[in-house]
Formats: sequence, C-alpha cells, structure tokens
Amino acid sequence: MSTVQQPTDVDVPAAGDTAGIGQAFRDYLARVRGGDIGSLPAVLGLIALVILFSALEGSTFLSIFNFANLINQSAAIIVLAMGLIFVLLLGEIDLSAGYAAGTAAAVLAVTLTNWGWSWPLALAAALLTGVVIGFVIGLLVARLGIPSFVVTLAMFLALQGLMLLIIGEGGTIPIRDDAILVIMNGNMPVWLGWVLALVIVAGFALSTFLAIQRRRKAGLPAEAMSVWAAKVVALAVLIGVATYLLNQERQLPNAKITIQGVPWVVPVILVLLVGLTFILQRTGFGRHVYAVGGNREAARRAGINVKGLMITCFIFCSTLAAVAGVLLASRDNSVSPTTGGAQTLLFAVGAAVIGGTSLFGGRGKIRDAVIGGLVIAVIANGLPLITQQSGIQFVVTGLVLLVAASVDAISRRRASATGA
Amino acid sequence: MTTDTPLLSLKGINKSFGPVHVLRDVDLDVRAGRVTALVGDNGAGKSTLIKGVAGIYPFDSGQVLFEGSPVSIGGPKQANALGIEVVYQDLALCDNLDVVHNMFLGREVKSGVTLDETSMEKKAAETLKGLSVRTLKSLRQQVSSLSGGQRQTVAIARAVLWNSKLVILDEPTAALGVAQTEQVLALVRRLADNGLGVILISHNMNDVAAVADDIACLYLGRMAAQVEASEVDNRQVVELITTGRSGDLGLQPEVAAAGGAV
Ligand SMILES: Nc1ncnc2c1ncn2[C@@H]1O[C@H](COP(=O)(O)OP(=O)(O)OP(=O)(O)O)[C@@H](O)[C@H]1O
Ligand SMILES: [Mg+2]
Repeated sequence: MSTVQQPTDVDVPAAGDTAGIGQAFRDYLARVRGGDIGSLPAVLGLIALVILFSALEGSTFLSIFNFANLINQSAAIIVLAMGLIFVLLLGEIDLSAGYAAGTAAAVLAVTLTNWGWSWPLALAAALLTGVVIGFVIGLLVARLGIPSFVVTLAMFLALQGLMLLIIGEGGTIPIRDDAILVIMNGNMPVWLGWVLALVIVAGFALSTFLAIQRRRKAGLPAEAMSVWAAKVVALAVLIGVATYLLNQERQLPNAKITIQGVPWVVPVILVLLVGLTFILQRTGFGRHVYAVGGNREAARRAGINVKGLMITCFIFCSTLAAVAGVLLASRDNSVSPTTGGAQTLLFAVGAAVIGGTSLFGGRGKIRDAVIGGLVIAVIANGLPLITQQSGIQFVVTGLVLLVAASVDAISRRRASATGA
Repeated sequence: MTTDTPLLSLKGINKSFGPVHVLRDVDLDVRAGRVTALVGDNGAGKSTLIKGVAGIYPFDSGQVLFEGSPVSIGGPKQANALGIEVVYQDLALCDNLDVVHNMFLGREVKSGVTLDETSMEKKAAETLKGLSVRTLKSLRQQVSSLSGGQRQTVAIARAVLWNSKLVILDEPTAALGVAQTEQVLALVRRLADNGLGVILISHNMNDVAAVADDIACLYLGRMAAQVEASEVDNRQVVELITTGRSGDLGLQPEVAAAGGAV
C-alpha cells in the first residue's frame, strides 16, 4: 500500500496573514455562532444597562462621582470572581469564598488593630489564611473525593463561626492603618493616572505586536496589522475616556478638599487581571486547568497531576478571596461579622457567569470577572436611582444571572451540536 | 518467528475490577517492525490490556518486559518515557482545547515558563501534513467543532508526534470513511516499516488482513492464540474470536467452554 501525498489545507498560507478587519469580524461571528460566545452578551448587556439608566436617570447615573463609586462597589466582587474562575474552570464550585474573604479580613483587622502588627505582616497573615483555607478545601475535594459543593458548604458554615471567634465579642474592629485604607479610599495623582493609562495601552500594543511578529517569522498565519491597529485604538479610546472621567473633580463645587484621580484599587485589579490571565493563558499550569475542566479523564491519561492541580486551584480561589477581604476591610474602614457575608459570594459567582465563564467547566477567562463585576455594580448602582425597593433589585439581579446561565447552557449545546 | 527479543512482552497478566476478573494469565509478544493485531469480541478485555500497558491503571499480577527488561509502568508519563504512545478508543481529547493544545497536552513545549505556541503549532502542522490530513480548516479550531473522523485523526497525530517505539491504536478506524481508513492503515504499515512496534485493535477483519503481521486473539479475558497472520485465514480468525478455538489453535475445549465462569 503506498501513500499518496496530497495537498493539505493546513498548508501554511504564503503571506502568513489573515485578511483584514472584515475577515476578522466574519471569523468572530462564525465562532460566536459555533457556541464560542465568550463575553459578548455581558459587554452588550453592560452597554444596554448604561444606556437604560442614563436615559431614565441621566444626570445622577452618569455623574463622575458615580463612576468612581462603581469601581469602589465592584472591586471586591471582581477579585472574588477572579478566584472563583479558577475553581469554575475545573467544573467545581466554592461556596465558602465569601466567608474566606471575611475570615482573612478578620485576621487582618485583629493583627493590625488589636495586636499592632505592621501592615505588611498583617497583610501576609491575611493572605496566608486564604492559602490555608484553600489547601484544606482542595485536599478534601481532590484527595477524599468529596463533592466541592458539600465541602465548601460545610466551610461556608465553619468559616462563619471561625470569623466570629476571631473577631471576638467586640463585634466590629476598626481599621486605622493608612496603607490599607488608601487602597479603596485613595486616588492616584492625576499625572500618575495618565502614566498608567499610557503604560497599559503601550504594553498591550507592544506585546500583541511582538506576538504577531513571532508568528510571521515562524511562517504561521497571523492577525492582520489592520485588525491589530483597530484593537489598539479601541483600547486606547476606552482607557483614555475612563482615565479622563476619573481625573475630573468629583467633590461638590463648594467643598474644601479635592477628590480626583484614578482610585488606587484600579492598578491593583489591573495587576491581578494581567498576572492571572498570563498564568491561565500562557503557562503549562493554565493549559492543564482548562484540560481538566474539559475532560478530566483525558487530562489524567495525558499524565497531568489532576489532584495536585485541583488543590492549587482551590488555593488560588481562597487566596484571591483573602485579597477581596482586604479590599472589603479597606472600603468599610472596619471588619465586622457580616464582612464577606450576605450576597457577596452570590454576586461574585454571578459576575463570573455573567462575564462568560461556564458553570460546566473548561470555559472562561479572568477578564470575565471584570466585565461581569461591572454589570452587577451597574445594576446595584442604577436601580436605586429608579426605585427604592430593594426587593426589585434582588429580583433583577437574579434574573440577570438566570439569563447569563441560560446563555452559558445554550452556547454549550451549540458547541456540542456543531461538533461530532 | 524471529528470535530476537520482543519489544513488548506481557507474561501472565491478570486484572480484575472488583469481582469481575477481566484478564486471566494473558501473554502477549509485540515485535519491533511488525503490526500486531489484537482482536476479540466486545468485552474480551482488549482495551483493559492496553490501558494497563499505558499506565492508566496497574495490573494485579504478571510481568511486563520492555525491550527485554522488566519494567513497572506506574503512570502515563512513564509509558511515554519508555516510548509508548496510545490512541484510545474514546480518543481522550479535550473538547474545549484546540487541535494544537490537544496534540501537546501534558507535554507542552515551553520557552522559560511560557508556552511556546509557535513551535508547537509548526510541529503540529508538519505532523498533520505527514498524515495527509486535508480537511482541517485551522489548527486553532476547538476540537469540539471537528467531525468524528477529524477528531480521530487528531488523536492519531498526537500519538505519532513523538519519537515513540511502540504505538498502540484502539480501533483507530472506527469512525473513518473509506479514504481515511486507507490512510490510517497505510500509516500503521509505515510506522511498522520504520521499525516501530504497532498494536492495532480492530473488529474489522479486512483491516486486520490488510496490515497485520501477527494476530493475537483474546477470548473472554484469555489469550486464545497468538499466530502469524500468514498462518491463518479469515475463517480461522473469526472462529478464534467467537469460540476461542479453531482446529488445533486456541484454548483447550474445556477451558474455552468454561471461559466465562470464575
Ligand atoms: N473501569 C472498569 N470497571 C469495571 N469493569 C470494567 C472497567 N473497564 C472495563 N471493565 C470490564 O472489563 C471487560 C473488558 O472490557 P474492555 O473495555 O477491555 O473490552 P474490549 O475488548 O475493549 O471491548 P470492545 O471491543 O467493546 O471495546 C468488560 O466486561 C467491562 O465491563
Ligand atoms: Mg475496547
């Protein structure tokens, strides 16, 4: 039997380029139709909500003060959702993340205020609390094989109790350390905000440009320069407008002090966004997280240490929850038994799912947390301007989450329908 | 039969899943440069046997010799390190990853800590080209969007990507059309001609007749016979598969009849 060498469609195109913007757009549409829908519904939803609220309550909703408020309200939820994405990607869940945040915040408050530790030490203790919680959960889920739903439900109760024990009888512990308070209450100088904006846009442009060059040099099909340029310009406009708005004076006209500039929490979130995205998209560990979420048995047969990887993901989740706890403590200037409780966790899970992360595992990106977190914050921010009834807010947020979960389920069905 | 040491030699392999005794004292020799067809009815234990060789789970007892020396294969990585590659019956692909990611799963090429996507994609393209794969639109397509045959090709490409000594294919042509089946069989032949050992599991007697040098037949978890393909005809192989014996070949009548009993 002889082999006939036939021409192949995986032949590398000579020019190595995909055609311009039109082609890129059509490819994107095809992917969306194939079920690879990503953050598209969330972005559209965000735009729709902003238009809706500004039409109904324009002056108040669009005020500059409110934009900064939005960031302030969503920061902790975004960071919590980033952590949850590691666990959701595996097809698992962590119901205790909210109280992991609360427990870490309690540790921060006690060490900082009651024991007089310096803030770096107290911060380290808070983060370590998250690491330990995640390790325990991961061990129980991966080694003993208890469903994560049950383990983290138990932790949900246990951590709530642990928090009370740590905080003690007093009830509320104030935070007075400036370094911690400035994260959620301080703003960058105006010039530094612009430097940050420049660094982001330049960094994005450069890294994507180098990636395209690398693919070209290797003779692989690469994104067209026009598409690259369009993306860079779009990002520049977005970042530019946001920075401009945040750099406006947002104090009432006759006030003594000025409040302007990008909140310090923004660079914190950006560093997490870039760092965690790098881990998930560019490293072997990240690739294996997706593999385990997509087909656990296949990952095992490929020699991936599935149990170790699951434990690591739960550690990521709880540690990021601890970071969220620090943000909550900084925002409220104190830690109380309700820190990290109430709807915090549900909002974070909602943020991840609304942003486009699948509850079935294997699909999702860190940026989903940011987009979904903003959607939730916009609802929480906009609705009170229209109605004072908090009942309506819960109902609306619940409906949005349901819509997001339906989109997830439908796009998953599509993906398998277009496949084998 | 050649007298040199077999590439892979299994002796007295037993494997049970709880109370179910799936493999009983199985012996098997696989020689380099030859295609060994492993045949047997549904549930005979073929997949169980090769999963043990692949390190997916341990055998209960028995000896595994690779290139003449006893080895214990404790996991998929160890099997890979020995030079054993497996195309599983269920393909074991991750639907949410693209073609390149699947081909390099667990063995990604890295530069520093980051994945070296360009060199992986290049190598994947070359391998697929070598397999004469013509129907893939893009190597960056998610595997979930591929047809059954395309998925099978990706699974096979993953196995031949590496410098392996033994390639095991569990029903690789099950989902393939006529032309693709021809290509896979040609590839199987080519691998053996290049000096690799190949185990081909198949229910298709035409495939077996086309490429096999040796035929090993499992019957209810026992090795009924391992013979040279030229020594038997189609009818005898079918008899071995269905009854465990054919003339002088195969299990003793009482063993074959008692086959299923513990
Ligand atoms: N993980 C398992 N747990 C329990 N029993 C199993 C397991 N895997 C296989 N078996 C049993 O072992 C026997 C042999 O299965 P195996 O998959 O090896 O058969 P096979 O020869 O590959 O069949 P087919 O041609 O249908 O693929 C079957 O009776 C099956 O039910
Ligand atoms: Mg089988």
